[in-house]
Amino acid sequence: MAKTIIRRLLIMIPELVILSILVFMLAKLMPGDPFTGLLTPQTSAEQIHQLKVQAGLYDPWYVQYWHWIVRMFHGDLGMSYQFKSPVASLIAERATNTLWLSLLTVILSYAIAIPLGVVAGRYENSKKDKLIQFYSFVVYAIPAFVFYLLGVYIFGYKLHWFPTSGSVSVNAEEGMSYLFSRIDHMILPAVLMALLSTTSIIQYLRSEIIDNTNQDFVKTARAKGVSERSVFWKHILRNSLLPIAAFFGYSITGLLGGSIFVETIFGYPGMGLLFMDSIGSRDYSVITALVMLYGALNLLGTLLSDIVLSIVDPRVRIE
Amino acid sequence: MEKNMVAQKDDSAFQMVKREFLRDKWALTCLVLLSIVLLTIFVWSLFLDQDKVMTVDILRQYERPGVDGMLLGADQGGRDVLAMLILGAKNSIMIGLAVTVLMLVIGILFGVIAGYYGGIVDNLMMRFLDFMMTLPMLLLVIVIVSIIPHYTMMTFVLVMGAFYWVSTARLIRSKALSEARKDYISAAKTSGTSDLRIIFGELIPNLSSIIVVEAILSLTANIGIEVGLTFLGFGLPDSVPSLGTLISYAQDPDVLTAKFWVWLPASLLILFICVGISYVGNVVRRTLDARQRLG
Repeated sequence: MAKTIIRRLLIMIPELVILSILVFMLAKLMPGDPFTGLLTPQTSAEQIHQLKVQAGLYDPWYVQYWHWIVRMFHGDLGMSYQFKSPVASLIAERATNTLWLSLLTVILSYAIAIPLGVVAGRYENSKKDKLIQFYSFVVYAIPAFVFYLLGVYIFGYKLHWFPTSGSVSVNAEEGMSYLFSRIDHMILPAVLMALLSTTSIIQYLRSEIIDNTNQDFVKTARAKGVSERSVFWKHILRNSLLPIAAFFGYSITGLLGGSIFVETIFGYPGMGLLFMDSIGSRDYSVITALVMLYGALNLLGTLLSDIVLSIVDPRVRIE
Repeated sequence: MEKNMVAQKDDSAFQMVKREFLRDKWALTCLVLLSIVLLTIFVWSLFLDQDKVMTVDILRQYERPGVDGMLLGADQGGRDVLAMLILGAKNSIMIGLAVTVLMLVIGILFGVIAGYYGGIVDNLMMRFLDFMMTLPMLLLVIVIVSIIPHYTMMTFVLVMGAFYWVSTARLIRSKALSEARKDYISAAKTSGTSDLRIIFGELIPNLSSIIVVEAILSLTANIGIEVGLTFLGFGLPDSVPSLGTLISYAQDPDVLTAKFWVWLPASLLILFICVGISYVGNVVRRTLDARQRLG
């Protein structure tokens, strides 16, 4: 068990190194001058040169890469040229917003998907099952951002049920009203995202239940005279739910990718929106840090899932 | 002899799919509607001149539907929304097709080589795939698109193809792995057939049904990704309309609420195209997967 986890962790190190080189190279390829916007027509070429020397833009790439890595481990991700503040604190502030939104989304998507998956699996091929299958097919097939756009149009602008942008309203005070305002801003995007991310959980749970129903241990339980209800809840469902737990890590990957669309459409100030803003203003210290962070979080998510999976299902342990 | 057998299999598979569609009324309706819509888009776009449609006429800015003979009104540049819708849909579908073809070529080659050779080759190739899987693809595509100075439809297709072949490769590899251990492949090997011939003459043809399903299903995904990227402003160049171009106008709250004719038709069309193609794809998959066939 411990061996599996250590091995899995060791695999992650080269992956992180390759990722960081890739990200760094991309950042260096970005056109435009990061000082654009800070300069006035009065700034002389001499001063620009000075700025570039200070920023280390004339060093060879591997020196810049090394400095970048060292600084990153010290928590120094550079300065944002657009927001005039340290990238690390900028991202930290936005990351909490994205984190809360993702957390709410994950909880909601499990809350929606598990009952649906259970019903679909238990009553295989029934009307209910077909309906759930159809639902999970539709939410899988539609492009997410169109769904969000229609959602914000209908529930935000037409019905005025939810706020249409921001993460908290301006006049919310500290304490309860602040908390409620924040939740109010998260509900619509979280529900819409959760609805779209249920497919894999439903399908996996459904097929697990159907597979387990025909297993020998279920037949044995039935033969022993265990009640039908108990067979389902205690024998079939328990065994089917375990692997679902491992999906948690993978869903992080999906949510982070999706956060760009959600946050752009809902004007929600999280990391996705920060990324789009930074791309627009060529703020490449922020872009670099974000791509690196997203990549690292993705790696972490898969790591988490692989570990959970190897705990609940010993068959997948690495030899 | 070999050729005949493959041809026969394709023929019966086609018959099976046909039978399945005739049995499933929903699928048939869906297929017919989808064909009508796609045919309309492609025939209509032949009569439209892209440069002319994309010419800005500020006097007609946000004309309501029905004015000036523009059935769906005009956008912020006074351009006919209906004409942009038709051209945009055509462009989006063509891009989706191009990306799908590129993705399939890379994915099939990668997957078949890993699956056929197995062992250490497979191991190394899978490590690489696992790594690719964890990349934040959307962010990388956006960064790359914003780096390329004068990018065209072609560069866009290449950038997307470079990233989105990974899941295809994974699928093909897992099928190729089990297919390559079957007796007919071993027989071909023992009788001295070259690896290249086995891969292209026997292995790939026998994976054809999976490839067809994968092609249909990834087509919708790719159309969706292109439209999404264009929506964010990192898809097709400005001079080339896409469904995403029209939908992106909705990022302005005023357009979103008061000028729905600009973005709503494109949104509904992309929904219909994506759901329609995946539905058809799912029916084909069900048919080729013998366990789930209706009859």
